[in-house]
Amino acid sequence: MHPFTFSRTTDPATAIAAHAQDPYLAFIAGGTDLIGLMKDHAALPERLLDISGLPAMARIEALPDGGLRIGALARMSDVAADVEVRRRFPVIAESLLFAASGQLRNMASMGGNIMQRTRCTYFRDEDDLPCNKRRPGSGCAALYGLNRLHAIFGWSDDCVATNPSDVAVAFAALDANVIVQGPRGERSITFTEFHRLPGNTPERDNVLERGDLIISIEIPPRIEGRASYYLKLRDRQSYEFALVSAAAAVAMDGRRIRSARVAMGGVAHKPWRLTAAEAALPGVSLDDIEALKAAIATSFIDARPLAHNGFKVELGQRVALRALQVAGGRA
Amino acid sequence: MDDIHTPRVQGDLRMHVSMTVNGLLRTLTVEPRMTLLDALRDELAFTGPKKACDRGECGACTVLIEDRRALSCMTLAAMHDGQQITTIEGLERDGQLHPVQQAFIERDGFQCGFCTCGQIMSAVAMIEEAKAGWPSAATTDVTRPFTVADLSAAEIRERMSGNLCRCSCYPNIVDAVAEVTRRS
Repeated sequence: MHPFTFSRTTDPATAIAAHAQDPYLAFIAGGTDLIGLMKDHAALPERLLDISGLPAMARIEALPDGGLRIGALARMSDVAADVEVRRRFPVIAESLLFAASGQLRNMASMGGNIMQRTRCTYFRDEDDLPCNKRRPGSGCAALYGLNRLHAIFGWSDDCVATNPSDVAVAFAALDANVIVQGPRGERSITFTEFHRLPGNTPERDNVLERGDLIISIEIPPRIEGRASYYLKLRDRQSYEFALVSAAAAVAMDGRRIRSARVAMGGVAHKPWRLTAAEAALPGVSLDDIEALKAAIATSFIDARPLAHNGFKVELGQRVALRALQVAGGRA
Repeated sequence: MDDIHTPRVQGDLRMHVSMTVNGLLRTLTVEPRMTLLDALRDELAFTGPKKACDRGECGACTVLIEDRRALSCMTLAAMHDGQQITTIEGLERDGQLHPVQQAFIERDGFQCGFCTCGQIMSAVAMIEEAKAGWPSAATTDVTRPFTVADLSAAEIRERMSGNLCRCSCYPNIVDAVAEVTRRS
């Protein structure tokens, strides 16, 4: 790793001011992504500010209205084990448990989880191959390279990377809010607007600005929360990033879907919400496979697979179908 | 991006870090970029945690930080000032091996042994996680309470998936962990 300085703070205002003023300063909490990026020379901060000691930011609160507030410093493992998280939103607990390993889940913070950068091998490559995310203007090696793991939705000629977070997919499906404190005060960002599509600025993964500190993630009460499920398919059964994943949450009238929320991972630069399918699903019976398939297909009309990931179009629809079936079965 | 060969931060960056390692308070002088793994191995001579992938992919460097399993290669020593670290060297009590160590011997849970310290540290903490009622990706229904009695072979395999063994001793590792949970 390159040389850098290290300090810590227990005062959010100090952290925000330091980050706003200093473009070469990075926050560190769990460090499981940032340290990997530094080892691969994909992040070269000159100053690290350890924010893991900021007070009251590791709480997991079950709110009286049925929602949740998850502090940005809460560890993945604590959130996944929390009884109320499991009861109210199983999809959140499952998406966390299907990610990383027991060791990493004990280290990684929730704020860091949703900030983690793509696993695109060209981005992480130490040999510094063309990557607009790593070196803006250098090109995208994955566009015509090995892109089996890359996006089928929303990509641009500048970047075809996917977002690696699992819990972000669950948060997108549930329309969670990211509570951020910045130099100009606090604001709430709707989860589906937190991550960006690459466009011609793929170096920016999300809408945060210098000086922004994630305080918590809030999940409003959702009638679909309890009957929810996370399905993740990957090249090995455990400890691997997704080829394709789906977070599904449904409210049912008997065997008929009253309302559905579905988001997918492994298919785009951000968690990909199946908006068209969600509009087509209400009224469909869980037993009518053809109608479920037809509803899901409406969200795949605009899929644009690359040379090596055409399989994600079919696989994605099957994953969405099975996630909906299992979620519905939990109602 | 900046040229990594001309670091802008120069000079003596070393700082003092105090940690309780295997029950003894130790103060080190380290550069901020030193991982906990390198500090344990190179500064304190605890060579139980192994440096294999150095990227958080293999689990050979697993130690306990404040009694929880963690990858010492993916964290900086400077981040653990004032904390308690346990390596495999700290498991033995009064000349007696930890039950998990004993079970790995009895169940033949290793061949070359390079991953074993990490496997054992991971298993020690994993059993505590199960006792605390933590579910896993192998748990069918996370909304239900989880107990150690639910710790099937599939559960153990999933919970130990962060530790790779290239000799592929997995069946015997699972047996060793199952044996310890049966006895406890």
